[in-house]
Amino acid sequence: MSDQKKNNPMLDKRSSRRTFIKNSGLTVGGVVLGGALGSLLAKDGTTTTNETNVHSSTATSNANVALMYFTPDQYRITEAASERIFPKDENGPGAKELLVAYYIDHQLSGAWGMGSKEYTSGPFFPGEDTQGYQGRQNRQQIFEIGLKGIQDQSLKTYEESFIELTEDEQDAILTEFADGNVELKGISSAHFFGVLRTATIEGAYADPLYGGNANMDGWKMKNFPGHQMSYMNIIEKEFTKIEPMALNSQHKH
Amino acid sequence: MEEEIIMVTKLPKVDVVTIGVGWSAGIIASELTKQGKKVVGLERGKDRKTEDYYMAHDELRYAVRHEMMQDLSKETITFRNNDKMRSLPMRSYGSFLLGVGVGGSGTHWNGQNFRFLPYDFEMRSKTIEKYGVDKIPADMTIQDWGITYDEIEPYYDQYEKMAGISGEDNPLGGKRSNPFPTPAMKKTEAMRLFDDATKRMGYHPYVQPSANLSENYTNPDGISRAACQYCGFCERFGCEYGAKADPTVTVIPVAKATGNFEVRTHSEVRRILYSNGKATGVLYTDLTTGEEFEQPADVVVLSGYVFTNVRLLLLSGIGRPYDPTTGTGVIGKNYAYQIRKGRATGFFDDHKFNNFAGAGGLGMIIDDFNGDNFDHTDLDFIHGGMIILGQTGQRPIANNQVPAGTKSWGKDFKDASLKYTNASLTVSGEGASMAYKQHFLDLDPTYNDAFGDPLVRITFDFEEQDRQLTKFMAEKCEAILKEMGADHVDVSGDLGPYNVAEYQSTHNTGGVIMGADPETSAVNNYSQMWDVENLFVVGASSFPQNAGYNPTGTVGALSYRAAEGILKYMEKGGSLI
Repeated sequence: MSDQKKNNPMLDKRSSRRTFIKNSGLTVGGVVLGGALGSLLAKDGTTTTNETNVHSSTATSNANVALMYFTPDQYRITEAASERIFPKDENGPGAKELLVAYYIDHQLSGAWGMGSKEYTSGPFFPGEDTQGYQGRQNRQQIFEIGLKGIQDQSLKTYEESFIELTEDEQDAILTEFADGNVELKGISSAHFFGVLRTATIEGAYADPLYGGNANMDGWKMKNFPGHQMSYMNIIEKEFTKIEPMALNSQHKH
Repeated sequence: MEEEIIMVTKLPKVDVVTIGVGWSAGIIASELTKQGKKVVGLERGKDRKTEDYYMAHDELRYAVRHEMMQDLSKETITFRNNDKMRSLPMRSYGSFLLGVGVGGSGTHWNGQNFRFLPYDFEMRSKTIEKYGVDKIPADMTIQDWGITYDEIEPYYDQYEKMAGISGEDNPLGGKRSNPFPTPAMKKTEAMRLFDDATKRMGYHPYVQPSANLSENYTNPDGISRAACQYCGFCERFGCEYGAKADPTVTVIPVAKATGNFEVRTHSEVRRILYSNGKATGVLYTDLTTGEEFEQPADVVVLSGYVFTNVRLLLLSGIGRPYDPTTGTGVIGKNYAYQIRKGRATGFFDDHKFNNFAGAGGLGMIIDDFNGDNFDHTDLDFIHGGMIILGQTGQRPIANNQVPAGTKSWGKDFKDASLKYTNASLTVSGEGASMAYKQHFLDLDPTYNDAFGDPLVRITFDFEEQDRQLTKFMAEKCEAILKEMGADHVDVSGDLGPYNVAEYQSTHNTGGVIMGADPETSAVNNYSQMWDVENLFVVGASSFPQNAGYNPTGTVGALSYRAAEGILKYMEKGGSLI
């Protein structure tokens, strides 16, 4: 541990941060007051962002790795949560290395985030399970509420920011969301989790042009060859492994 | 607010105007313009061509974000399971997809192309003949089509030659006057497993008839198309080879080459104009400028998707709206769908397949449990459906099969979904959907489109017939997968209520049904409206109930028959029946 960290409780490990928050009286029933936690997160966040840039060689040269929609806090929670949904394992990289959170950020900034092609006129009624989503919130709003909910729930349960929790603790929080056990204003936690899960899968497997599926590693793990003009020569054969190609291989022609 | 004053510009009269420019309108336009008739097609979407699909191998854009589908912010449908439930709008896509643009649903379809069984066209009378009237539940309102298989066969033949349908004989299907125009598609390893297993079980497998084109083909109109490359991007995509039969690469260019067909895109028909028992034309809005036009015509062809056809008739006050309490009236009656949840997925521990490759219309089928090809005496349902192992190309966002009990996210999910992505196969039933008194379409009392006109409302649920059929099909699918050597088989046999948020199929049918009796049907077997003789309503809206196959082949056949009827009507006038 560096001297700087020893001397600065706000940059120290989780136990002292936990103590700091407790002692400072900043939380009341899990709700954080004022901007103190924000500045705390910003400092943690600087570290996290640097880590991302260091570990991913594409990040430094990839102009796509920047935020269009998320705040830095929202980005970090999304990155951590999507990594638990699609974790790094012996098969290969997880959501973080695949740059899934950037994919989600980019998608949220546009038509999908705003529900531009969806029917958003009222009146609004809760509806039955068979009638599909009937909420007032578009996906930008759903993420805003849901990501805040994840953070609030983490502070309430562990007195710790979500991104600082252990994997098991993060999984426990996400399970509560998936099971619909967390009260959120205007949406169900299960609905938010469903959108987050779907977006994570998309970010792992959509063409890299959208910002995720870095190096086509999602496709490589899944043995999906991406954009190929023809399978005429293998369609009648046994399983054949084919190196994937992205759409830009076509567009450059 | 300043009031917008819209002047309606009256255009010169044409012979025929079509509402929508998909398969039905395209076929009718090609047949009519060849005979010198002037046809105008009004399409609310944009124009399309093969070159547009240069970047089509994009699962996110096309399959997930619905590039080719109607913008629901402008118009959607509302849904309820029954009349006690409040109908609510389908806010985003789920159960089915609504195509828009030139070519309509015919551009984004898979190319799974069938003829219905002889039984399908005479379902009610043949069921009563064999099992007695009590076999049909009191609220089941199935009807005969007013046309038999033998009568429709020449039109199937004409349509299949135009589209270049690839296939081999179905041992349990109706008689064909001619062989398939092109040979069957190639057999994948998974298809061979299904073929061998079902033969051992005593069934009658055949390669699925396909509109994807097994070899280069020139059709009787002189249109040449290239063979399918099995790229695995068909349904929800346009074909970058023009291999998949689609109106924009078949009938529409033929109609345009005559100089007699004009397509006006971004033109949304708002009303069919009607006076003194005749349709006089249509009122439409140019979506680019907001201008309104009246397009007079001698014949009006209503050839949109099912919901458009029903909605425009109801908005225009044409025909007798269906009343579910009395069972009288016809517009909106007998809405039906497809029963597709009877299925099973087999997981293979040591066997991988090229699941990523495929074609929309590629698969093996048995019809041993379709129609009345098996005895229903001791069964609590009628009809059945085809059982299919399809290889449409498993794209990675949508296909993450894991054995039941696996968590839907996290380490176990990732591991299992990767392990089984090319090592699982699904065999599924495509169940027929019967019509019921309580299943219908009407106008929603609350929700409107972007113009302020009411949306169409669906009242539909699954019935006991559907639950029994689903369970039965699931058991058959499970047995086949076991015979195919799957190490573990998960079975989906519990139907539950109909859920509009869950994709099932874009096989919506009925609402403007065909029949022999003007009291109980809206159109005759030329798709001519009984009540309005110069109005032809063409498409799956005319199916009295749905069969155990995909609908497009039958829509194509009915469209050729309608074209013949329109030409006859233009010569002689009056009812064609």
